[in-house]
Amino acid sequence: MEKNTLNQLEILAAKIRYDVLDMLQHRGYGHLGGSLSLVELMSVLYGKQMKYDAKNPKWEGRDRVVLSKGHAGPVWYSALAECGFFDKEWLYTLNDGGTKLPSHPDRTKTPGVDMTTGSLGQGTSTASGIATALKKKGSDNYVYLIVGDGELNEGQCWEAFQYLAHYKLNNCIVIIDDNKRQLDGYTKDIMNPFSISKKMEAFGFYTQTVKGNDMEAIDDAINKAKEVKDSAVCIVLDTIKGQGVPYFEQMFSNHSVKFNNDEINTQTNQAKEQLLEFINKGGSTNV
Amino acid sequence: MFKLVEDRSKKGLDLCVTVANAIMDEIAVNDKVVYLEADLGGASKSTLVEKKYPDNFIQCGISEANMVGVACGMSSEGFVPFIHTFGPFATRRVFDQVYLSGGYAHNTINIYGSDPGFTVGPNGGTHTTWEDVALMRTIPGAVVCDTCDEVQTAWVVKEFAKSEGVHYFRCNRKPVRNVYEKGSTFEMGKGNVIHKGSDVLVITAGQIVSDALDAAEELEKQGISVEVIDMFCIKPLDVELILSEVKGKKAVVTFENHSITGGLGSAVSEVLMENGVSVPFKRHGINELFGQVGTPDFLQKEFKLTASDLEETIKSLL
Repeated sequence: MEKNTLNQLEILAAKIRYDVLDMLQHRGYGHLGGSLSLVELMSVLYGKQMKYDAKNPKWEGRDRVVLSKGHAGPVWYSALAECGFFDKEWLYTLNDGGTKLPSHPDRTKTPGVDMTTGSLGQGTSTASGIATALKKKGSDNYVYLIVGDGELNEGQCWEAFQYLAHYKLNNCIVIIDDNKRQLDGYTKDIMNPFSISKKMEAFGFYTQTVKGNDMEAIDDAINKAKEVKDSAVCIVLDTIKGQGVPYFEQMFSNHSVKFNNDEINTQTNQAKEQLLEFINKGGSTNV
Repeated sequence: MFKLVEDRSKKGLDLCVTVANAIMDEIAVNDKVVYLEADLGGASKSTLVEKKYPDNFIQCGISEANMVGVACGMSSEGFVPFIHTFGPFATRRVFDQVYLSGGYAHNTINIYGSDPGFTVGPNGGTHTTWEDVALMRTIPGAVVCDTCDEVQTAWVVKEFAKSEGVHYFRCNRKPVRNVYEKGSTFEMGKGNVIHKGSDVLVITAGQIVSDALDAAEELEKQGISVEVIDMFCIKPLDVELILSEVKGKKAVVTFENHSITGGLGSAVSEVLMENGVSVPFKRHGINELFGQVGTPDFLQKEFKLTASDLEETIKSLL
């Protein structure tokens, strides 16, 4: 990746991360950990990989996103706002009565949201349906199906994975956010996933594992996935729940965070200031 | 406009073939119509669609939840999906998927739940559904039909293909007695008065419509005048027709191959109560029972869903 492109992606990631922190702090609570672990992915998707038209979100030639781990809505909304799908002021309406940005994505409310999700597992199947439909239409667009590692507890995911693999739907790029934690604790303690990548390989997927905060690696993996012609494809993102903010990375229970004490707010403000500084300096190249 | 057949002893095609044929008719005019199957193609004859229109048939294997999701995803891309599996798996097993990926997400899904209630026959209790209508009625905007014969089933399939939303219909896979003449048309949300009468109003749906007509004819000989409504569309319910036809009746009976909790009987009783109609009333259906194995004829008798069972209920109210 060219240095300039990477720099732009780093700035976009910083903006998305800032927005996630800012909108959830403004709301006073929200699904923080699993949103932060997807920041770099969102930056690569919306900053480089995806075809879309923010002013025409239903454009037929767009790539689709299904955020099956729907509770990470805030990171998607931040990416969509940063990329011009709607006004950034909307972010402050998260979960307000009548908002266009509900906690879990709703295709009938939010520009750029291709599928309603929230009941874990279901997005894997609807994304599979979209991938089937795109193939039948002769479209060369992609569906990015983003699944949580905790979400893999749901049996429906595996039904969908066997379907994708059986039909070799290589236009559905399955991305698993392996942040090692779910609501009640570490995935290995709640419901041991063992090796996610070996499971996906056994299901018939061309599977890659990359560091979830390494945007060059994510980008390379997506490029490589797009070269695969004869099987379903999966990228396991090795991430940290709360990624990019050490205070939240170390917080044991960061699935849903309440911004209700001085320490959390001070830490959040510090993280936001650092991100703003990074953005204002024009990214790492100018540091 | 509908016309009743003269000879109700004759049966039509396998209803699952009727469904497949109707879907193929729709595919012929709209290539976005697709039929999804969960490894019951041999049982449902969806293989007919697979053979004639392989691009419009999607085998999902034994994974009904995924099938519902795939259908809903395809709907979001402009396709018109029909899915088939046995009634309990088409509703009870996948209720959250139908509710959220379908209804809540504003996707279209047309669902054929086959072999409802006693028609399950040798597949027995695990495959019996007497709660599917109750479940599906709770989905906002859903259309729920219990079809009585070949002509009506084909009409419902074609009607479903024309509009968006969650659409459910239940019917046997095997041939059932004809009620309507070929060419009959119906109206979604409108019941049909198929037998005039002045003493008792029977509101029914599904293949036991034929049994209700038998009962009405038998009771007529005994001097009891029974009106029969085929309420094939249970949701939206024809409230206007119920309120107009209940006038002057000495009793009302709902007759359904379904639990009396949440189905046609519940729906009608809600209408009567909310409109202050006070009339002797009985929900004739399944009350707190699971299904079991046996021939459909045995099960129909065992669960008291025959014409003579209905006759007894009617007499008990007079």
